[in-house]
Amino acid sequence: MAVYKKTYRPYDGALTSPLSRFLVIPRYAFEDMQKSRFLTIFFLASFIYPLICALIIYVQHNASALNLLGVQNANRLISINVTFFMSLLGWQSMLALFLAAFTGPGQVSPDLANNALSLYLARPFSRVEYVLGKMTILLALMSAMTWVPGLLLFGLEGYMEGWQWMRDNARLASGMFFGAWVWILLLALLALALSAWVKWKPAAGALMFGVFFVAGGFGATINAVQRTKWGHLFNISELIGSIWVQLFEGRTHITNGAVFFRVIEGEELPLWCCWAALAVLCLICLYMLARKIRGAEVVR
Amino acid sequence: MDPVIELDGLEVRFGKRAILKNLKAKLTGRSIGLLGPNGAGKSTLINTLLGFHKPFSGTARIFGRDVRTHAREVRSLIGYMPENDSFIASMSGVRFVRLMAELAGLPPEHALERAHEAFFYVGLGEVRYRNLGTYSLGMKQAAKLAQAIAHGPKLLVLDEPTNGLDPPARIRMIQLIQEIRDRGDLHLILSSHLLRDVEECCDEVLILKDGNVAAFCNLEEERRSNRRFLELETRGEANGYFLESMEKLGCETAIGAQGRVKLVLPDGLEVRQLYEVAAAQNVQIRRLNRKRDSLEDIFLKAMENPDGRL
Repeated sequence: MAVYKKTYRPYDGALTSPLSRFLVIPRYAFEDMQKSRFLTIFFLASFIYPLICALIIYVQHNASALNLLGVQNANRLISINVTFFMSLLGWQSMLALFLAAFTGPGQVSPDLANNALSLYLARPFSRVEYVLGKMTILLALMSAMTWVPGLLLFGLEGYMEGWQWMRDNARLASGMFFGAWVWILLLALLALALSAWVKWKPAAGALMFGVFFVAGGFGATINAVQRTKWGHLFNISELIGSIWVQLFEGRTHITNGAVFFRVIEGEELPLWCCWAALAVLCLICLYMLARKIRGAEVVR
Repeated sequence: MDPVIELDGLEVRFGKRAILKNLKAKLTGRSIGLLGPNGAGKSTLINTLLGFHKPFSGTARIFGRDVRTHAREVRSLIGYMPENDSFIASMSGVRFVRLMAELAGLPPEHALERAHEAFFYVGLGEVRYRNLGTYSLGMKQAAKLAQAIAHGPKLLVLDEPTNGLDPPARIRMIQLIQEIRDRGDLHLILSSHLLRDVEECCDEVLILKDGNVAAFCNLEEERRSNRRFLELETRGEANGYFLESMEKLGCETAIGAQGRVKLVLPDGLEVRQLYEVAAAQNVQIRRLNRKRDSLEDIFLKAMENPDGRL
């Protein structure tokens, strides 16, 4: 109907699948994100490290390239091993933290500040779908920064080294995939929870860093004062580091985590404690979201 | 046909405080008014119908679907215009309405088309690309109406749609609501504390007080049944005899302020006979108005009961 007719008419056309409806939210969020030049540049810049890694892998397996550069024995300097992949994950995960701190607060807080939640939830659209939709954009972007380039590099190395190398190092791929997911799920939940409680975006972003760095400092203070190691339970990067070591290397490990996510030698916490601490943090985030993501505020 | 809304012992509690208390009603009208003073439970009832609050006991049904067990289905039938400002300030009007239509299940291309249509329909066609944050209050109200109708709901829920509007904007909003109602494609619920808005738009009214149903009336039937309701302004010393004589003729009478007399004429009695009796009693009838029980009378009567219970 032409717009000039200006009459109301009911809609009797086809409807989209309810299962995929939550994807509407990340589509709009992605369009909004593209409007920010800073975020776009930051996102693109985050691929520099994986590109350098790809170049290293390529050069290491290309004798003519090494000859051209005059460094025939350079392939002995850098080994493509667990440290290589964990370092990649460590760097990329730190960049993911920055991305979550920049984009996360803009997800829920505008809807809360403008009372838009009642409009979202007055439709055939649940609170879970809303959170899932908001998380999807963060998860997609952070995936593109962490495990996706990690697995591509693993594939490239496997292609260069051969099938046997891939089979022998399958744990690196699974560690990369699951380790990154633990981290980005935590980041996405935390970003949304803080965004739901702190309506001022810069404050919510700053709080993201606060949770990681200030809580880590708090844990270190507890350790120093009480002469214990349990203060590390407040240090999220150490918890993640412990989990990564287990995911990448199993029980017999040679590293103590990745860059930014290192565990202090001799002060390792039992693995189940690390998992439990992260689970508690996730539950707190979910509780915070459940309290705030409501169609109508209840004044008791 | 299923009633539009059926409340069956509905009780809603916030903590220990009962907000809606054992509400029972069957509303079948095309346009239903929800009236009540502040804190009567109007918004809580709307939020419960939308599934935002869980009933403590009893249930509510919309078009026969339980709001508790079929919340998603119920919400797919509803278009909701909330009372407060609800939008994303940094989004353009048409993009916001498109987003809302897509969340209601419309494919992107249909959602975009209907968002444009809805904006033209509510009179905001020229400003649809402006950010919602820059809209005036009247424009924001119209934009909220646009997002409520864009996906073609079967039931339109309007919570205080004329809140904060200046008289011309209010008239325009009422006209829009009347237009939507008269097309007959959907039912509407209008919650307001402004009796005039409800009277102009609704054919059924549910009056709430302190979480109870204080009154329920079908305005259409009320208008029909009160056709022989007269208000007279009289002068003369024999008013008392005049009233007695009218009662003998079968009228119900009541004396109002400043010599005004209210009469309900029985079937068969002509107004001419009234003048004859007045002349015989030497009473002058200075003014005669055919009057009906206004919504204000009904509302005030409902408010007289202290706990608001019928």
